[in-house]
Amino acid sequence: MPSAVRMENITKRFPGVLDNDHVTVDIARGEIHALLGENGAGKTTLMNILYGLYHPDAGNIFVNDRPVTISSPLDAISKGVGMIHQHFMLIPVFTVAENIALGEEMQGNPFVDLELTRKRILDLSKATGLHIDPDARVEQLSVGDQQRVEIIKALLRGVNVLIMDEPTSVLTPQEADELFVVLRKLAEEGKTIIFITHKLREVMAISDRITILRGGKVVNTVNTREVDRDSLANMMVGRKIFLNFDRKALNVGNQVLELKNVSALNDRGLPALKEVSLAMRAGEILGVAGVDGNGQSELADVIMGLRPVTHGDIIVKGRSVVHKDASYVIKQGISAIPFSRHEEGLVLTFSVKDNLILKEFYNPPFSDKGLLDFKVIQDNAQRMIKEYDIRTTGPDAKVGNMSGGNQQKVVLAREISRKPDILIACQPTHGLDIGATEYVRQQLLNQRDSGISVMLISTELEEILSLSDRIIVMYEGQIMGEVPAEQADLQEIGKMMLGVRLEAAKV
Amino acid sequence: MELEAILSLFSQEFFYSTIRMATPIVMAAIGEVIMERAGILNLGIESMMMFGAFFGVVGAATFGNAWMGMLTGVVAGALAGALFGFIVITLRANQSVTGTAFNIIGYGLTTFLARVLWGIRSEPLKVSQFQDIPLPFLSDIPFLGYVLFDHDPTVYIAYIVVIVSTIFLFRTIWGLRIRAIGEHPRAAETIGINVFRYRYVAALIAGGLAAFGGAMLSLAQLDMFVDRMSGGRGFFALAAVILGRWHPVGVALGCLLFGAGNAIQMRVQAFGLKIAPDLLIAFPFVLTLLVVIVFRSTANPKALAKPYEKEATLE
Repeated sequence: MPSAVRMENITKRFPGVLDNDHVTVDIARGEIHALLGENGAGKTTLMNILYGLYHPDAGNIFVNDRPVTISSPLDAISKGVGMIHQHFMLIPVFTVAENIALGEEMQGNPFVDLELTRKRILDLSKATGLHIDPDARVEQLSVGDQQRVEIIKALLRGVNVLIMDEPTSVLTPQEADELFVVLRKLAEEGKTIIFITHKLREVMAISDRITILRGGKVVNTVNTREVDRDSLANMMVGRKIFLNFDRKALNVGNQVLELKNVSALNDRGLPALKEVSLAMRAGEILGVAGVDGNGQSELADVIMGLRPVTHGDIIVKGRSVVHKDASYVIKQGISAIPFSRHEEGLVLTFSVKDNLILKEFYNPPFSDKGLLDFKVIQDNAQRMIKEYDIRTTGPDAKVGNMSGGNQQKVVLAREISRKPDILIACQPTHGLDIGATEYVRQQLLNQRDSGISVMLISTELEEILSLSDRIIVMYEGQIMGEVPAEQADLQEIGKMMLGVRLEAAKV
Repeated sequence: MELEAILSLFSQEFFYSTIRMATPIVMAAIGEVIMERAGILNLGIESMMMFGAFFGVVGAATFGNAWMGMLTGVVAGALAGALFGFIVITLRANQSVTGTAFNIIGYGLTTFLARVLWGIRSEPLKVSQFQDIPLPFLSDIPFLGYVLFDHDPTVYIAYIVVIVSTIFLFRTIWGLRIRAIGEHPRAAETIGINVFRYRYVAALIAGGLAAFGGAMLSLAQLDMFVDRMSGGRGFFALAAVILGRWHPVGVALGCLLFGAGNAIQMRVQAFGLKIAPDLLIAFPFVLTLLVVIVFRSTANPKALAKPYEKEATLE
């Protein structure tokens, strides 16, 4: 196979880290090549170099066997290399056609010819199976469709090498499968796909070859047909990991939380939760699955007292907490790992020790008669750092300078050490590497085993399936159905994520 | 007040003066629409109107011609827009603070320069003024002909600017790019649009249009410069942008409302009612406040007032 892209001995150093250390990869024309590695392995950095966003400190890049320097994304596109980031680069209030037209050359005519753009989109749709309504507003499209728009945008700009950064992280299993079909078809037509991921299942499902990166170096490049998941996982992490957890038998206690026909609005004033009812018992993990944006964050908000309830009742340990504020709910023994550790979970400019007492600073032993006891706070931080294996320079380190995994450990330490009765965990492993993910998941299981009632809200089905005792699926603010985890069927859950009710999904 | 008197408030003359009062604000507000669509909040619009009013008179006095005065004023306003742009685009200063500083400087500097140039005199310096030109045929339309088409040329230019700016923003590639930059500059940058360049162009246009509006006050409605003569019209323009939801036609309609408020206020004064004139002068401002509260909008460009960093670090 002729080479589409070859990167030789690429080295890129950032302050304090060697992100790419003499990395060499050879991508053949027309193949789907996966770049596999944990967060921080250097795969996105490598591709940002190929796309002209970073400039390598050393090394050479060849496109179609010709040496090139790539100075900017525009330069990369002119050489046929396009990249689709995790965060889409689309204008939400524009239509699909307007988004595409935005990138087109002016060619002497200052007026936008949306008719022509529309035709080009439809022609491409026909040829590739990437169906999209050119007149739909992007903000009204599902995430999967927005991704299609990005792909169409790249293809219409003449891209032959398409880099996709964690493309399935926001998709349902069905949408991911559809994406794979499209990518397969594009590859057959001679396009080259570079697929960045840390998910083993996807690598096995879609790629022809895999390059595994670890700590900024290439571990190996292998043919997908000749490897299995376990050996890939070992190459990726560099040690034996457990893909499945040992679970103790379920031992549920009393009902601790109940939602009765709860409705609430989202930030735009539109209904986000519609008559949601559920109950949680001590000692179990309730998994809440669903595509991002189907009411999960509003669900967490209403339980935490952060969002007014328009209808219904929330009962914590026999007492209604509806219309109470967050501080009341916290005192009832509810802890939460919020969706965004940067925006809600932590004060990034504060130190580790201060972040660890955010929810308890006004209580003894941290404060006495309104004054903080710095010694206790310091000791507390020291103990937590040891107990939760937080890698940091010490209690005074700024949380904002720490890695995502360690930040999440700070949140986890704070929330668990309060000894709550109920823990609401929202996307607890989002953006964490395998090591930290494993740690967080094990902690959640430990909490369950110690009799705490855990709600796990996650868009990662794998996570839901491996941790939950019961699973509910949310779609447009409603619960589509509930299944016991041991009877869960991936297809069935996938259908419910797309709005099919359980009874119908079973057929 | 009797019913007849109330009705007589809304005569042909009332609508005529509404148009006359509104058009300078329309010019400033259209400039603001373009700037805000590009993601820059220009609170300094009032100062740019002042520069237009002052330098318009300077130009008209120098060249003895209202058109040359207008051109001088517009150039001065565009330069002020460029300076504002440099401070908030390149230096990434806070846009609200910069705009407020511009307004303070705008009043002070024009008053100061007027003293330096013309001294303190009993009669202000008079310059040549735009004359009313009734448009043939159009001005013969009953009622509306007089209201709309019996003005000086700057008013007709304001009509044209509303139409042209609508086409510019919604039909041309430049407009598409400006709107994209105001919504999601990073996305625009990734497809090769120079965010800084388009923002500078928007700042130049906005400064020029605001100055045009200001010069309409000194060269069309009057024939001289008066201290602080923009009298808060720049802030009307800002409110009109919100009221009109960042669309030139909607914004022009919003300006008409303020023009009407002003026209009513002046006519009520003329009736000699026993209402303190200060209260009446406040009327359009109170009206503005109410309207902005009632028509709260979330339609603003999403990147409005956020400085753009080209070299932002990637995750």
